[in-house]
Amino acid sequence: MKILVPVKRVPDPTQKAKIKDGHIDLTGASWIVNTFDEYAIETALRLLENGAENARIPGGELVVVSLGPTDAAKEIRTCLAMGADRAIHVVCNDHEIDSLVVVKVLQAIIAAEKPDLVVMGKQAVDGDANQVGQMLAAKLGWPQATFAASIELSADKASLTVGREVDGGVEYKKVPVPAVVTVDLRIVAPRAVKNGVTPESHNYAGEGARLPSLRGIMAAKKKPMTTGQLADYGAAPAPVIQELSVTLPPPRAAGQIVADIPTLVKKLADEAKVL
Amino acid sequence: MGNVLAFCEFNGAQLRSSALSNLAFARLAAQARGGTVVALLVGAGATAAGPEAANYAPKVVVVDDPALAHYLAETYAPIVAQVARAEGATLISATATSAGKDLAPRVAALLDAGMASDVAKLEGKDTFMRPILAGNAYSTVQVTTPIIVVTPRQSEFEAAAELPAPGTLTTAAAGTINALGAEFVRLDAQKSDRPELSDAKVVVSGGRGMKTGENFKVLEQLADLLGAAMGASRAATDAGMVPADWQVGQTGKIVAPNLYFAVAISGAIQHLAGMKGSKTIVAINKNKDEPIFQVADYGIVAEWEKAIPELVAEIKKLKATR
Repeated sequence: MKILVPVKRVPDPTQKAKIKDGHIDLTGASWIVNTFDEYAIETALRLLENGAENARIPGGELVVVSLGPTDAAKEIRTCLAMGADRAIHVVCNDHEIDSLVVVKVLQAIIAAEKPDLVVMGKQAVDGDANQVGQMLAAKLGWPQATFAASIELSADKASLTVGREVDGGVEYKKVPVPAVVTVDLRIVAPRAVKNGVTPESHNYAGEGARLPSLRGIMAAKKKPMTTGQLADYGAAPAPVIQELSVTLPPPRAAGQIVADIPTLVKKLADEAKVL
Repeated sequence: MGNVLAFCEFNGAQLRSSALSNLAFARLAAQARGGTVVALLVGAGATAAGPEAANYAPKVVVVDDPALAHYLAETYAPIVAQVARAEGATLISATATSAGKDLAPRVAALLDAGMASDVAKLEGKDTFMRPILAGNAYSTVQVTTPIIVVTPRQSEFEAAAELPAPGTLTTAAAGTINALGAEFVRLDAQKSDRPELSDAKVVVSGGRGMKTGENFKVLEQLADLLGAAMGASRAATDAGMVPADWQVGQTGKIVAPNLYFAVAISGAIQHLAGMKGSKTIVAINKNKDEPIFQVADYGIVAEWEKAIPELVAEIKKLKATR
């Protein structure tokens, strides 16, 4: 099975947002692989390996794709160090692209690579747009399973049953491959991904995606990374979404610590008038 | 400038509260753009909700087909796109619910439309304000495509009021229905008599400090007393204490109730992003240095084990005097 995972580098969300000239100031920002995209890599690896033996199933391949400036090569190497086999880096500036531009590039790459599955994060934690997976599926004419909290690969590897976190519960949706799957937080739970090879009893340890091992980091240096430009994929730096300005929300006025519960209830009733 | 097509979710003959927020957004958009609002109901049995929708929109289009028994983005998106074209819609809106978020980008791609997600405010005919960076900043974006898709946030748009006279009801054919092989298997519903988290007036949330799912029963007493919805921080849902769809935060539900109780929640940015629009926030935590106290209007520094039963008793006392 060949899996393509699109990834995005994002400013580390623990940094305080700063504004300069009406936009987010990213000078000196530190960058990370978008958390949901790391989860997508983890998901893809769990589909492609025997987790109990920590060994890849022969014949599988994991390709990561990223659009971003030259510097983004660093975060792409992190994905290779986690276990991706090779990478495609489409070099462009962040202001040159939006969801539709990204989709156009991914479509061209998918036409050439012909993966069985695209697995990606449900959203990037900087723009919080949550669009690319669904748009890509539409453009490819593929089915989609968004917000995946669990995945079970069928024995013949021809379909996936995806547990999706929806309002009011968990919906199970079956999609044939090729398909686009976008992953949610709980996809990295110990038994969330079942590929029919890793024993059902196997629990993946730890919280979140795996960290690159030292061996992985060394190996990543030799793994192939192709670079290209937007034009190589028939796309132009012509975003249709223009950011006019960014503002920071006004801070909430400081609250008060109240001494005891009777005082709290009195204040909620008389002052805030919410009881 | 074209009409505004509002995709409305419904339950039987009733519109969902999310649909009423969407219709409120659609009215604002139609005012700014100079078109009219067309409400769209899609699904097997959609006809039943038509009359209610007509109370809120001057025109309602119903696409009712037995083959649409379950929502699937694959079958719904082409229908929305097709109705948008037929109705001359240049803006299509769907509330940012789980279905809206799944569907709207797919519709946008079919129409080569630029999309603004999770919109908090309409700033102009094609300009929208939306939170980014987990709500730590607001970005104002202009969408320059001839057709625009928007998912407004339910918590930012109050339910639309009824029109003085109901609008017209029409039907449209679904056309070729092709699920591209996708199938709905089942829904494991979280049954609850409580209000929906996204539009509850009061929300009671618990965090990591609740320690076990069993302990949430204590919070449920408070919720039941106030007719509140239950919520939780990511730490609590990740630990499996409570169902995943209770999660309030950047990647969970966004809520803005009149009253929000954060119990044994530290107040990570991720959680704050989901609840800081609440009118009044009460934090109960044993550690006075937790960041939750910086956004709370009222803070109680105490262990929940002691504070919650006392709070329940005190509110009961207050209610008895009214």
